[in-house]
Amino acid sequence: MNRKARDQEWSDLMRAAIGGDEGAYKRLLTDLSRALRATVRRGFAGVSARPNEVEDVVQEVMLAIHLKRHTWDQSKPIGPWIMAIARNKMIDDLRRKGRRTEVSIDGMLETLESGGHEDAIHAYDAGRVLSGLNGRNREIVQAITIDGHSASDVATKLGMTEVAVRVALHRSLKALAETYQETKT
Amino acid sequence: MKTDELIAALAADNASVSPPISRTLLLALAVGALLAAAHFFSLLPVRSDFAHAITHDPRFMFKFVFTLAIAIPALLLVMQLARPDGADLRSVWLLGVPLVLLALAVGYEMLTVPADHWQVHAVGSMSMACMTYIPILAAAPFVALLYALRNGAPANPAAAGAAAGLVSGAIAASFYAARCIDDSPMFLAIWYVIGIGLVTALGAVIGSRLLRW
Repeated sequence: MNRKARDQEWSDLMRAAIGGDEGAYKRLLTDLSRALRATVRRGFAGVSARPNEVEDVVQEVMLAIHLKRHTWDQSKPIGPWIMAIARNKMIDDLRRKGRRTEVSIDGMLETLESGGHEDAIHAYDAGRVLSGLNGRNREIVQAITIDGHSASDVATKLGMTEVAVRVALHRSLKALAETYQETKT
Repeated sequence: MKTDELIAALAADNASVSPPISRTLLLALAVGALLAAAHFFSLLPVRSDFAHAITHDPRFMFKFVFTLAIAIPALLLVMQLARPDGADLRSVWLLGVPLVLLALAVGYEMLTVPADHWQVHAVGSMSMACMTYIPILAAAPFVALLYALRNGAPANPAAAGAAAGLVSGAIAASFYAARCIDDSPMFLAIWYVIGIGLVTALGAVIGSRLLRW
């Protein structure tokens, strides 16, 4: 698929997601994770990043996309917006690790790479942060992520309202994003 | 955690999306301007000849033209700079408009006022009050805009903070102008510019600390 058609598809999916279509959102995120993995890997080509380090950054970018998706101007193509977030987080990550940031990120990341499917790779940071959540929140996030339950299933299982489950999930995701932020110097 | 697991969590959180950032910023601006108005009326009186001056004195009217000519493009900048892909500043040239207007007004003043009066016009009578009250009245809109910007994802936090400071300074100056009895464009070019500039500089410093995401 050429870049323009892909951008159009992603824009449509994000619009549908913002309109409440969870399935469209999942498809978009899955697609994006592949493209971002290839992009981050290529951007970090000069700094010999390990696969799980790449995955940490991919996850940080995806969290930022999620938490900041209301900053996308829906009248514009979504590709440059995604790329701007990815670039910002990659540069942050390199700075955080004290690596020289003159790795030529600029030249390489004019456009998002398209990536194929790969076996799942574990990322360290997110797992570490999740283990720091309080008991109930960790239970909720694990039920949704690892066991693949829906928010309403989790609510029934834990005897909570669905709204409370959703609020707890959203707070946990924000905590996750903030932890990346705090480790910055 | 695997990325597929994270995706499941993000998708389950789909319904949490915030209102568009532009709407949040406009709401913050409205609240900030109302608070600045309340702040102004609690601190200072409108000058006694306001009704006459606003309809008859072009130099008095020009003060508001100048401050609004700053506030409007600065607001457009804030809306752009609130986004991660907002570093491309195509509308920044609009900020040249108030500068050109001010230069023309100062030029006209210099032609119409004898040179030995220039100093009196430029120094005015309440320059300290001007430099003090503009930052004070800017506080409420600045805090409101900063709060809204934290909901955004500015590519350049210092620039976003500076633009928020510029909007707030211009709003504050619009209110202060209704009190201020110095109407010379020369006075504007020095003391108003310093007052608004202080808020802008402070905005850049605070933005670079508080607007990272």
